[in-house]
Amino acid sequence: MALLEVQALSRSFGGVHAVQDLSFEIEPGKIYSIIGPNGAGKTTVFNLITGLYRPSSGRVVFDGSNVTGKAPHELARRGVSRTFQNLQICFNMSAVENVMVGAHLRLDQGMLGSMLRLPALARRDAVCREEAAELMRFVGVGKYIGALADAMPYGALKRLEIARALAARPKMLLLDEPAAGLNPTETHEIDELIQKIGVSGVTVVLVEHDMKLVMGISDRILVLDYGRKLAEGTAREVRDNPEVIAAYLGVVAKAAA
Amino acid sequence: MGRFRGLAALALIIALLPLALPNNYYYDVAIRIGMNAIIVVGLNLLIGYAGQISLGHAGFVGLGAYASAVLSSRFGWPPLAAMLFGMAAVGVIAFVVARPILRLRGHYLAMATLGLGIIIYMVLVNESAWTGGNDGMSVRPFSLLGLTLASERAWYWVTGAVLLGAILLANNIVDSPVGRALRAVHGSEVAAQVAGIDTTRYKVRVFVLSAVFASAVGSMMAHYLGFVSPQVSSFFHSIELVTMVVVGGMASTYGAVLGAAILTTLPQLLATFEGYEMITFGLILMLTVIFLPRGLLPTIAARLRKAG
Amino acid sequence: MLSQTLQYLFSGLTNGAIYALSALGFSLIYNASGVINFAQGEFIMLGGVAAVLLTSAGVPLPLAILLAVLMVAVVGLLLEKFAIEPAGDADVVSLIIITIGASIFLQGVAQVVFGKGQRALAPFTGDAPIVIAGASLLPQSLWMIGTGAVIVLVLAWFFGRTRLGKAMLATAHNRLAARLVGINTRHVLALSFVISAALGAIAGVVSAPITLTSYDVGIMVGLKGFVAATLGGLGSGVGAVVGGLILGLMEALAAGYISSAYKDAVPFALIILILFFMPRGLFGARVTERV
Repeated sequence: MALLEVQALSRSFGGVHAVQDLSFEIEPGKIYSIIGPNGAGKTTVFNLITGLYRPSSGRVVFDGSNVTGKAPHELARRGVSRTFQNLQICFNMSAVENVMVGAHLRLDQGMLGSMLRLPALARRDAVCREEAAELMRFVGVGKYIGALADAMPYGALKRLEIARALAARPKMLLLDEPAAGLNPTETHEIDELIQKIGVSGVTVVLVEHDMKLVMGISDRILVLDYGRKLAEGTAREVRDNPEVIAAYLGVVAKAAA
Repeated sequence: MGRFRGLAALALIIALLPLALPNNYYYDVAIRIGMNAIIVVGLNLLIGYAGQISLGHAGFVGLGAYASAVLSSRFGWPPLAAMLFGMAAVGVIAFVVARPILRLRGHYLAMATLGLGIIIYMVLVNESAWTGGNDGMSVRPFSLLGLTLASERAWYWVTGAVLLGAILLANNIVDSPVGRALRAVHGSEVAAQVAGIDTTRYKVRVFVLSAVFASAVGSMMAHYLGFVSPQVSSFFHSIELVTMVVVGGMASTYGAVLGAAILTTLPQLLATFEGYEMITFGLILMLTVIFLPRGLLPTIAARLRKAG
Repeated sequence: MLSQTLQYLFSGLTNGAIYALSALGFSLIYNASGVINFAQGEFIMLGGVAAVLLTSAGVPLPLAILLAVLMVAVVGLLLEKFAIEPAGDADVVSLIIITIGASIFLQGVAQVVFGKGQRALAPFTGDAPIVIAGASLLPQSLWMIGTGAVIVLVLAWFFGRTRLGKAMLATAHNRLAARLVGINTRHVLALSFVISAALGAIAGVVSAPITLTSYDVGIMVGLKGFVAATLGGLGSGVGAVVGGLILGLMEALAAGYISSAYKDAVPFALIILILFFMPRGLFGARVTERV
């Protein structure tokens, strides 16, 4: 059974159709990529799936239950986690605390217990801090464990977001342009990291412009154009699709030439 | 134990300060500093850590003060019961208004909280059958189990102890999952939401908590001064409280204490320059925010770190 | 009964005109800078105070009005140059504190120069009330309502027809884009303070004969201007005017029919209720945040 089912999803902003009648399914354990030209609606799809936007029509079914229009924190509770194209880091906190925020749902949330710093709470918090540090090593930013978030370079912050998303122990992880703004070496490292995450059993949904990265690691690819589905399939199927070549890859090829 | 270092230092200051306080006038200033500091430590959780403004917090101070005044003096309630009832009532009121108000952002939130404070002020002025109106009303001294808090000295120690307790609670919250959730609301509300944090719920919680802090101090002030007037809940008092947070240093508990100390002392010093106290007060406000935007304590701490 | 209602309407419109001018001042500055200028009420106070001081020094009324408005406009400019501009990209709370500091500072200056007492400006054209259908209206009220209407028309022309006005609107809409097409957004910011200060001063001068003036009259009328601007939707010119008039009328009707003691609480209760249901006021833009 599919982990995520998107059914006839639409969203418009003041008459502009950002996403239109879009349907697709994502199987558990796969790496699923969404590509398309700028403005094709990729980030809007992410925002709809994670509850930041409410769809104008259509349904989102996650893990067998209808989650259409649910608030972001409710989706997080069900196992959806994500990163952002333009960073959403809490610069008022340390790096490791940013990751710990990701683990929020697994920790004690009582006000009184927090005020009194009950021993059990303090103990679990210390364990969480260790796990967060471990996750930072896992994504490759181990040397910033003691740092403040605003002292970290851009590339490291992108990974920090991934660590935060992983701290929630999600069933599905949505990565919005994890390689944007990174140099080729860093992009290669992100490539490896995504595969490591995929291997660990987390379903990965990827929005990315770097074609080499996408073609190399995706089990399936969805191509969007003007908010509609243009094509869907394996890397090979998508690459050979004449419409895709015309609408998207052609432009890239021309630009590269 | 780094987490107790600041607390120990402050406890030491509170313990030694009486050696430098020559008479009751100075004790009085110190007590006012302490009481304001307790409110501001709570308000700082809302403004400094969670990034939500309140321009009406003096309203909650006023409600607490009048709960104690009316219940203990007019109905003969034991002062502690009146105080606790005030805190509970303020907590409920804050909870009821918080959800719709805290959905608002930025200036709209400023407007709504400002309005709330002003309405409370007007109720206190106009319901004079209960409150004594603009003339205020007298409050009987705080007593518990037959002991009465009467002297400045006694109040000094009580206020100091409550302040230390308030700081301990506040610091515990900051360094807990709840505190991280609050700071994440400030740092990136979207990030907080997708991490599973019900941001509205956390804003409501910290709003209620800071209101309850304010109410508790309102009760203490009423009993200490033996008198309340609606001025405790005036717009200007709300502004003073926010200013203490900003001048001392947002998201810095000890900064909040420093802010309370400076802005409580300042009017006392300026009172001798009849007419010029507003000019100076206004100037200091503007200059601190313009030139030390992070507030005094964080700026000083950053300088020290750089120098060291 | 009818005459009584009419009486409340007159008084509501009179105050509403002042709230509308105050709200326009808030909206102008908010559009140009994103700042809510809590010193807006002090512009109104300074206008009245300056006019009273000048006329009592023997300056003829028309000249005194002109000078008062000019002086306050300069205060607005200085405020922007020395308090808002140096703050740079400070956050909302800090900017609020700066303008509150300015407000207290200006009150302090007025208190030193003007003293603590209340004084009135002489009415522009006598004080014999005009009786309409049993309700009486002071000539000065007509001045207030008329001045408000004229200013609204002038502003509508300014923002609709002139290059400078359009540049200011463009800046409000998108500061970066405005800068890219060659608009000096700093000048726009300074200009918005000058215009807002002048608006405030005019409101202060025309209302001084009725409401009296003293160093502390600015706070309430300023806060109510903020309420009116929020009611209409921050940044909306039409909203500011409508918000101001609604506020004036509601206040007068509530004072008349419900409780005059709670007259000053009405605007604040109203705004909280409105914001419960319309978090961006009546005419505020509905925005979807981009992430």
